[in-house]
Amino acid sequence: MDPTALLLSRLQFAFTISFHIIFPAFTIGLAAWLTVLEAMHLHSGKPVYRTLFEFWLKIFGVAFGMGVVSGVVMGFQFGTNWSVLSKMSGPIQGPLLAYETFTAFMLEASFFGILIFGRTRVPPWFYLFSTAMVALGTTLSAFWIMVNNSWMQVPTGYVMQNGQFVPDDWMQIIFNRVVWVRFPHMLLASYLTGAFCVAATGAWYLLRRTYRAEAHVMLRMGLALAAVLLPVQLFIGHLVGDYVHDYQPAKFAAIEARWHDEQPASEVLIAIPDSSTESNKYAISIPVLGSIIGSMSLSSKEVGLTSFPPQDRPPVAIPFFAFRIMVGCGLLMLGVAWLGTWLSFKHRLERNRLLLWGIFLSFPLPWIAILTGWYTAEVGRQPWTVYGVLRTADAVTPFLTAAAATTSLIMFVAVYAFIFSFGTYYIYRLLRAGPAGLDDKVVHAPAMPNRPMSLADRPLLPGGNCAQAGE
Amino acid sequence: MVTFWVALLAISILIYLLLDGFDLGVGILFLLPNSEARRQAMLGAIAPFWDGNETWLVVTGVVLWGAFPVVYATVLSAFYIPVIFMLLGLILRGVAFEFRAKSQRSRWIWDLGFGGGSLVATFMQGVMVGALVQGLPIIDGQYAGGVFGWLSGFSVLCGIGLCLGYALLGACWLVRKRDGAVRDLARSQIPVLATGVLLFLILVFAHALLQHLPILHRWIERPYLFVFPAIGAGAACMLASSILRHDDYWPFHMVSLIFLSAFGTLALSFWPYMVPFAITVDEAAAPHASLAFMFWGAGLVVFPLMLIYVAIGFRVFKGKFDSESVRY
Ligand code: HDD
Ligand code: HEM
Ligand code: HEM
Repeated sequence: MDPTALLLSRLQFAFTISFHIIFPAFTIGLAAWLTVLEAMHLHSGKPVYRTLFEFWLKIFGVAFGMGVVSGVVMGFQFGTNWSVLSKMSGPIQGPLLAYETFTAFMLEASFFGILIFGRTRVPPWFYLFSTAMVALGTTLSAFWIMVNNSWMQVPTGYVMQNGQFVPDDWMQIIFNRVVWVRFPHMLLASYLTGAFCVAATGAWYLLRRTYRAEAHVMLRMGLALAAVLLPVQLFIGHLVGDYVHDYQPAKFAAIEARWHDEQPASEVLIAIPDSSTESNKYAISIPVLGSIIGSMSLSSKEVGLTSFPPQDRPPVAIPFFAFRIMVGCGLLMLGVAWLGTWLSFKHRLERNRLLLWGIFLSFPLPWIAILTGWYTAEVGRQPWTVYGVLRTADAVTPFLTAAAATTSLIMFVAVYAFIFSFGTYYIYRLLRAGPAGLDDKVVHAPAMPNRPMSLADRPLLPGGNCAQAGE
Repeated sequence: MVTFWVALLAISILIYLLLDGFDLGVGILFLLPNSEARRQAMLGAIAPFWDGNETWLVVTGVVLWGAFPVVYATVLSAFYIPVIFMLLGLILRGVAFEFRAKSQRSRWIWDLGFGGGSLVATFMQGVMVGALVQGLPIIDGQYAGGVFGWLSGFSVLCGIGLCLGYALLGACWLVRKRDGAVRDLARSQIPVLATGVLLFLILVFAHALLQHLPILHRWIERPYLFVFPAIGAGAACMLASSILRHDDYWPFHMVSLIFLSAFGTLALSFWPYMVPFAITVDEAAAPHASLAFMFWGAGLVVFPLMLIYVAIGFRVFKGKFDSESVRY
């Protein structure tokens, strides 16, 4: 094994999946929002919901397409860069990923077609049902992925046979405590992403004084949803921390920057961890709080990093800071969402341009929280790939050379940077044009269920001309 | 159970070859000098399909990982460079397809991305098949060929061969789906491409036979295996006659049959090996618990639905797209 190739493989995996997650996180939330819009439209009959639905469906199309394109890479990277891992854990991870692909295909692909063509061809309740099915499809995708990753974090339900992890209890692999806190944490994170993007778009339109009716709905619904979900998310975040405390004590110690065993333990709020001296610089900490957070007690003993042999310790700085950024984003979002909801109840939000700017500029927060959350989880899990069983250094393709890994990493960075800039520019143009934009375009080729991005070329509905496109 | 998953894998690969084959092929033909109107017509002929076609690559990948993890790990890591370049090619052409319509000044970039991406992805697929046929250097179940172990005159030849093959499929697809100038041009390309592909196929099998004598013995012992090459030969004759008749419908089907027979011939030559002369199907198969878990949901329920779904998709868009309704 070549240490440089190992490092490059880790970087490459981190880069490509960080790129990938940007889109699913958005589309999972957006699909749910579309379902809500469609239900509101059916219930109230107000045209504004319909306009918003058609508008966000376009953006959903572009983001979904980018998610699919970047996801294809993920499915092959296990084999190219982590061949030892994929050989050993294939019997468990392979079927889980297969379920992800198959369910996604079934629900997303088939019902997506109806979303595009079906408006006039199916009864309204069925159209709503199809929207819900697309949302369910993205959710199930996320579920299987979380099962997959949770198994690597806390492997259960397997026996070792001929150097392979052989499943002997699927129930335990799928229905364990770790999955059922991490999956809701991820799902809520996606909903928050959707909610904040919607609210930010509303704030943007109000600032530019366009599309007032739509902007109000977006702002109100987005903020209210975020205001409700955030406390739940923070609570589930706490439960996620509990599992880390119980199953991955070294990661927990790294997140807390706790170098030595303490009883009762203090909580380091902020510091600069220094692994050469095994201590923190400039630490601000609160006594006893560490025991309360870790074990809900005033006197528990909490483990420090030096209790683990050096080769079993994760890096400290990344999990420590990433975790704090995630929690910080969460608290910031909570503040924005509650303040905004309160003001909008009082009908004072529209006049408060400062807060509108704040809401508009807060749209990256959920993404930052999601990425830093994953960095906490994944870097904190080092040096293991399958926690406690298979080291990352042993999981990498043994004969991969630094030259090959460098080539592939550079190529990925170049190509992704290129398409990402065009993709975001394009979404920006759609958002900027707003719900009434772009309907002067030609009618394009018939879009197929599997070709979501084509949706964005279509004229918007109000004139009723969307449905016959592509006939 | 193992047989079920081999069959499912084979079907997925075959569907992928045929379906993504024609749209990659159109992508390759796209690189030839062309007018903008003709380019739009070419894109229009594959627009509704290409994305769905590509999902079959993902399906192949995950079935391979779940059902035959050893093959997944060995093959993908041995083919590090070709796999990465194939993926990059597919990404580029995927987004180029979408972004092209939205650009004016930068359109040439996306044209190049679309054609170039298709060409690179196809070439890499061909190279991988070639290297597999030639036999990967595997010692004690470990690939031992280095970064460029897959590179040889033969594998490069296979890469070029597959480009010709997909281009042929693409040309036949255009003939089937289009009218007018696009069809006429594609029709004039078919004989050249077809001759190239047939010569190439004969070369490949001759090479495989000479290099691996066990295959020769198998063919001599079991002459009934010759049905596959026979079907291929028959299809080639039908292809020739349909071109002479200026028929628009049959060439695509005949070329598909040639692909099918080539695939079948290769598979039968190497059975029961999945990675020729190194890893057999049984050695590669995942434990029963994994195969059974996938069988009851993904295999038994979803897979047939996917097949039906593809069939419906192609029915909805059957026949010629007349240039009126499909402008891209
Ligand atoms: C199914 C498995 C899986 C899933 C869903 C994720 N990861 Fe992961 N990740 C891995 C499986 C994995 C891995 C293959 O197991 C890696 C490669 C090396 C390692 O130790 O774990 C890894 C490493 C890894 C690293 C590098 C850690 C290091 O080597 O120091 C980062 C930063 C991320 N991932 C980030 C993410 C993000 C942002 C994800 C969310 C979308 C994510 N991962 C989901
Ligand atoms: C290593 C991990 C991952 C792999 C191998 C992977 C693989 C894929 C693949 C192959 C696709 C495209 C499927 C298609 O062709 O239709 C895809 C799309 C998708 N992925 Fe991932 N993915 C990974 C991580 C994640 C994570 C962490 C999430 C969310 C929690 C996620 C959620 C989705 C969703 C919702 C889609 C549908 C497309 C979209 O909505 O943008 N994936 N993924
Ligand atoms: C007080 C607030 C929060 C706490 C205590 C918390 C706790 C945690 C912990 C301990 C982890 C690491 C899990 C692991 O190692 O497996 C984590 C991961 C993560 N967090 Fe949070 N979190 C909070 C807020 C948020 C917010 C607001 C978001 C997004 C909007 C978010 C998104 C994520 C994501 C995407 C992950 C990675 C997925 C996972 O490992 O489950 N978190 N969180």
